[in-house]
Amino acid sequence: MEKSDAVWSEEGTTPDAIEAALRGLLFERHAENEGFLPARVLNMIAFVDREWSGEIANRLRGVGRYHASRMLVLQFEPGRTRMDAHMSIASEGDPTLGELALLRETIVVDIGERHLDDLLTIADPLVVSDLPTLLWSPHGHHEVMDELLALAQAILLDSVDEPDAQEGIERACSLSDRAYVVDLAWLRSTPWRERVAASFDPPRLRPELRAIESLTIRHHPDSTVAAMLFVGWLASRLEWETGPLEADGGASLIGEARDAHSNGVAVRLEAAPQLQVRGLEGLTLRTALGHELSLDRGPGGLHAKDRNAQGEEREWTIPGASRGETGILGEGIRQALLRDPTYVPALKAAEGLLA
Amino acid sequence: MAVLAGQPTDEAGPENPLTEGLERLPVAPTTLVIFGASGDLAKRKLLPALYNLAHEGALPERFHLVGISRAHKSNEEFRAECEEAIRRFSRRKPDEDVLKGLLADVKYVPGDFDDGSVYTELGKVLDDFQADAGEPLNRAFYLSTAPSFFPVIVEALGNSNLASHPDAEVRVIIEKPFGTTLAEARELNRRVLAIFEEAQVFRIDHYLGKETVQNMLAFRFANGMFEPLWNRNYIDSVQITAAEDLGIGSRAGYYDTSGALRDLIQNHMLQLLCHVAMEPPVNFTAEETRNEKVKVLQAIPTPTALDVEAMAVRAQYAAGHAGGEDVVGYLEEQGVPEGSTTETYAALRLEVDNWRWAGVPFYLRTGKRLARKITEIAVTLKSVPHLAFSQAGSLGVQPNQLVLTLQPNEGVSLRLVAKIPGTRMSIRPVNMEFLYGTSFLSQSPEAYERLITDAMRGDATLFTRNDEVEAQWQICDPIVGTWAQTPGPLPQYEAGSQGPEEANALLREGHHWRAI
Repeated sequence: MEKSDAVWSEEGTTPDAIEAALRGLLFERHAENEGFLPARVLNMIAFVDREWSGEIANRLRGVGRYHASRMLVLQFEPGRTRMDAHMSIASEGDPTLGELALLRETIVVDIGERHLDDLLTIADPLVVSDLPTLLWSPHGHHEVMDELLALAQAILLDSVDEPDAQEGIERACSLSDRAYVVDLAWLRSTPWRERVAASFDPPRLRPELRAIESLTIRHHPDSTVAAMLFVGWLASRLEWETGPLEADGGASLIGEARDAHSNGVAVRLEAAPQLQVRGLEGLTLRTALGHELSLDRGPGGLHAKDRNAQGEEREWTIPGASRGETGILGEGIRQALLRDPTYVPALKAAEGLLA
Repeated sequence: MAVLAGQPTDEAGPENPLTEGLERLPVAPTTLVIFGASGDLAKRKLLPALYNLAHEGALPERFHLVGISRAHKSNEEFRAECEEAIRRFSRRKPDEDVLKGLLADVKYVPGDFDDGSVYTELGKVLDDFQADAGEPLNRAFYLSTAPSFFPVIVEALGNSNLASHPDAEVRVIIEKPFGTTLAEARELNRRVLAIFEEAQVFRIDHYLGKETVQNMLAFRFANGMFEPLWNRNYIDSVQITAAEDLGIGSRAGYYDTSGALRDLIQNHMLQLLCHVAMEPPVNFTAEETRNEKVKVLQAIPTPTALDVEAMAVRAQYAAGHAGGEDVVGYLEEQGVPEGSTTETYAALRLEVDNWRWAGVPFYLRTGKRLARKITEIAVTLKSVPHLAFSQAGSLGVQPNQLVLTLQPNEGVSLRLVAKIPGTRMSIRPVNMEFLYGTSFLSQSPEAYERLITDAMRGDATLFTRNDEVEAQWQICDPIVGTWAQTPGPLPQYEAGSQGPEEANALLREGHHWRAI
């Protein structure tokens, strides 16, 4: 629980003044208690619409320990001409002698159109040098993101936020050429990828990965792109060649991929309107050997249903707690410090699914 | 099933292309059997660790849990016990659905560990789980019992044909202490290895599951700046401290038969020494890493009875003050036998007689009721050969010191010398600090979560090998033996203090114990 904050604010300010005030606040906190130490892990720059900034603040508050060590929020308000700023240096309690408490720095800068051309010079002095910087623009503003990319090593996006799957994948492809992309749509599928990888991990089952003949994915209606990324992941790992998906006349998309031996793999993406949260609802894999595996969301974990070549069916639950949307965002921030080599190949393979 | 020693056996067969990029690698379907399932360790550590693995989706696709202990109770009663333990000791608040799912088919087998019918019943339970799963399930037997039962259980598993399986891996996880003397450790190894192959045996030293201990290897071998200095030419001494501010609490029964040397030095602290002193392994597989650690242990001369007095000190805490309160001395603690000569403090001076470390003293000390709780490794470099600055009016030059702190504030500190601002060339020591909490977003998992997962995966890197345990005992056994023959009373140190004065006698000229 955040207990103590040091705060500062100024109307009509400049980046230099903000930076100087930040240094002053840090000195003050350290003088107040030597146990206060600034965390030095990650900068995060969020470009948000001021109108919706409360919602973003709530989301960031929920990420808990995955909070970036320095958070710079550029709050855009159409028509604004003056730059205002406020900042806080928060700690989780007051350390007693011999204890330590980490400080987290949050700087919020209010800007308008006239500041957009100078965004780099506004943001640059306010991030900690030599720390990786993660960029996030949850309300769009692609042109602004493109400019701020010069400061960032990683970019956080949620490709399901784009109007449709095509734009989502194309945008992610374009960004991934310029920075490391952390895609929340991809992270939502992590448990599914882990479970499919584990299901086929016993050595006797590994050859069946090369004999998959159909794949059905059930997904939230807004999360087609998440389903495509999952198909892209299997395709890139198993050397499938993906082909465009087409509407089947209902809410599904269907198509065919070709495996490494040019055998067809039927692909079907089904919207699941009953699913209340973004991401996947379930999937079914069938192999040419007659083995079928289904995984579906259920209470307390994923509900697995396995039918072997002899037609014997077994069902069980694989325990695991939902991370929730704040958990996913926190994981996205953490992932900015790691490198997943499988995302871009999955993304490129997913591109092949676009009509 | 034939297995390569120390290799994660689940990786046999064609490669699984889906594991690339995953942070959590798959664990083969497993049934975990906990012997001593109603004990303190199971309740405080093992069950909460299993819950947290379940919460994170890190258990195997198919996972079953069986508890075994002497008390008669039903499956439902045991599940209720597990639930209570998880609610009380888990590092996170349990998710009700996950908890329910984890405990849904937990089974309990009551009985004495030397009773053959227990193993017949256990075999039935394991077979039932396997039949229900329709696939082979690996078996991991976790021995969380009093050490006297380790060989009994292992032999009973062998007699009941549960020590191997034609289609699955069978592993045994053995808690510490692994013997209380060298002879006992050898005998236990002999009896265990008569039933299991070494690659099936996972001897727990939970220190090895701590992130900071593992990080020592990354720190040494992934940073080019330290390794050139990491030898007798530049290092003056090494001090390893594991101090506790608490007394023995309610553990008199265990502690009085163990003592500080057996409790911490023989296992954890010698492991820390190995991490400081080992050569870089060819790779970080279980075998290569453990080979290097064994070489270090073998390079420490076995002390003779005559050596012991000069290289080992023991003591007991007397009454004093801790945390602002008056506390009793060890001999007044409830349950401690009158006139006990069990040490609550032990300090050693060891040498590692090899090319890299010849002549460098390694000081180890541990104790209860010391000034505060801290575990650290301090590496002191040699002084500079000549100083051009006057030290008048300043704190002066002290040798560079690198301190790796394992708890409570995990991090690394490097003591340097810097000029004091002003017109004179006055100097003083300053510290350059690296603290884990300031540099990583992730929370370290509990050591037992990592170790249980590794054991189920068959990765023995963080477990102690048979020759490693024996080499540790080879060093400590003569000390234990000599002390056993030396009458008391033991030197005393005031509770809440830095330890006994007698420990200073171990230090070479110019050396000092770091302040605890």
